[in-house]
Amino acid sequence: MNQTSSEAIKELLYKMADDLLIIGHRNSEWTGLGPILEEDISFSSMAQDKIGQAQALYQLLNDLGEQEPDTVAFTRNANQFHNAQLVELPNGEYDFSLVRHFLYDHADQLRFEALANSSYEPLAKVARKVKGELKYHVFHANTWMVKLGSANEESHNRMQAAFNEAWNYALGMFEKSSFEDQLIAEGVFEGEETLQEKWLANITPYLIKAGIEIPASTSWNPVFGGRIGNHTANLSPLVEEMSEVFRFDPTAEW
Amino acid sequence: MYGNAYIDPNEKANLILAEEDPQKLAEFEARIDRGEKIEPKDWMPKEYRKQLIRMIEQHAHSEIIGALPEGTWITRAPGFKRKLALMAKVQDEVGHAQLLYSAAETLGKSREAMINDLITGKSKYSNVFNYPAFTWADACVIAWLIDAGAIINQVANAKGSYGPYCRALDRICTEESFHLKYGHDNVVTLATGSSIQRDMVQGALIRWWPPIMHFFGPSDKISQHTEILMKWKVKMASNDDMRQQFLDMYVPKIWDLGLSIPDPLLKKNTATNKWEYTEPDWDEFKRVINGDGPCNAERLAVRRHAEEHGRWVREALNNVGSKYIVPLA
Ligand SMILES: [Fe+2]
Ligand SMILES: [Fe+2]
Repeated sequence: MNQTSSEAIKELLYKMADDLLIIGHRNSEWTGLGPILEEDISFSSMAQDKIGQAQALYQLLNDLGEQEPDTVAFTRNANQFHNAQLVELPNGEYDFSLVRHFLYDHADQLRFEALANSSYEPLAKVARKVKGELKYHVFHANTWMVKLGSANEESHNRMQAAFNEAWNYALGMFEKSSFEDQLIAEGVFEGEETLQEKWLANITPYLIKAGIEIPASTSWNPVFGGRIGNHTANLSPLVEEMSEVFRFDPTAEW
Repeated sequence: MYGNAYIDPNEKANLILAEEDPQKLAEFEARIDRGEKIEPKDWMPKEYRKQLIRMIEQHAHSEIIGALPEGTWITRAPGFKRKLALMAKVQDEVGHAQLLYSAAETLGKSREAMINDLITGKSKYSNVFNYPAFTWADACVIAWLIDAGAIINQVANAKGSYGPYCRALDRICTEESFHLKYGHDNVVTLATGSSIQRDMVQGALIRWWPPIMHFFGPSDKISQHTEILMKWKVKMASNDDMRQQFLDMYVPKIWDLGLSIPDPLLKKNTATNKWEYTEPDWDEFKRVINGDGPCNAERLAVRRHAEEHGRWVREALNNVGSKYIVPLA
């Protein structure tokens, strides 16, 4: 692997790992607070998968010369994170969390499916394992999206409002990297544009079933910046909380 | 995890028994004596049903309320290993609540009614969860020693007479043993770590010792009226016996780690083979269980918030059959 591809792959790994860590953290905030016990448990189990997946990707970064997964995850500042802004937004009510989960997990599943065939074999190997775990996440999201989108007037209105709120942030997940062309040319990753097209095709049938409308494309205004470290004010407190104990003594064994 | 069911010493169980059919009662008691399990459809005295509902319900509430003090440390857990393990542990606790509510439902009270009694303060949960987990080390001490206490209690109760509760407890105990390992590993790491870490865990132990001593419930001397419950195998061990068992198993382990326990009288009397300790403050115990502990209001407020904000979801679930059609504009 030449120098440039290594940088390109690192950037790809960082944004994926950071997405997973932050959404996993948000999912875990539902522990003890879910609308029904069964959903507490679902969000917790998804959170564990996400955080485990993040750890696996940070390990790949470590293999490429970056610091240990714990150091990378628990000592950086918010502006060093490459996650999309979508995942750092507060959980809000269950409607918003569920809509975000739906939009994010469909994209994530397609991303890992594509990466299962990546020319970068270590990533392809992880992706083949992760995409199996994601099946359940997407199934969970689809079920709830359809259920709550169509159950009654209140649930429908809530889901539509949450969807409108999340939409431009969701489009921001597909912010292109400066290494985009190279990653595509080298067969590492199919690229954000292709991913977004597939994503739209995948979510649409469920949205139709749920009776949820996608805003008119003329009004789309993707929220970019997360990939280069620009974040909303929500990320900094999250990162501080996450690293509060670890930073007490970063050299200690916890 | 779980705290010993709190039994109001002013209740007169024996009065209620006078109303039962003596023959059925004798058969019921004979079955229990033979070690048979009572199943949901079997005849049982009203008092048996009532006490079991109260006990299983309290246990279930303790599991979900117990998820709160530990849950606040999930988002702060230091490092991937601890974060993943704590999430899995707290998830188990919520799963225990689910199992236990189902067991209690077999006796005729719905989950909804039980949760309603929890958030209105009508039913109790383990007193220990009305104390705050100030630091990461508090969460570690809880996971080790409170779960250890819970195991002693639950292993005993798993040999009780009500089938569905025993089966739920068997499953729960298997998971609790992982919690205990997780908690112990955490405490060992802190106790053998840097001086900051040692101080942290020593501080947590000092804070948690009184609630741990309270955990098994009032001393047998002041907690009467449990004979009938022991006879019916609803309650399987006396509070003091469980406390002795706990001290026997864990005090040496705590001392081995070089931690000190904030009770100058604590020692094992080699003549009686029993532990001696300063009698816990039972007035405080009563005060806290009746709502006046450091975190009672906060815990119930969180639970109430979750119930209220989740109501629309539960209502929508009841409505899934009738699909809502968005009106055409
Ligand atoms: Fe436990
Ligand atoms: Fe438990």
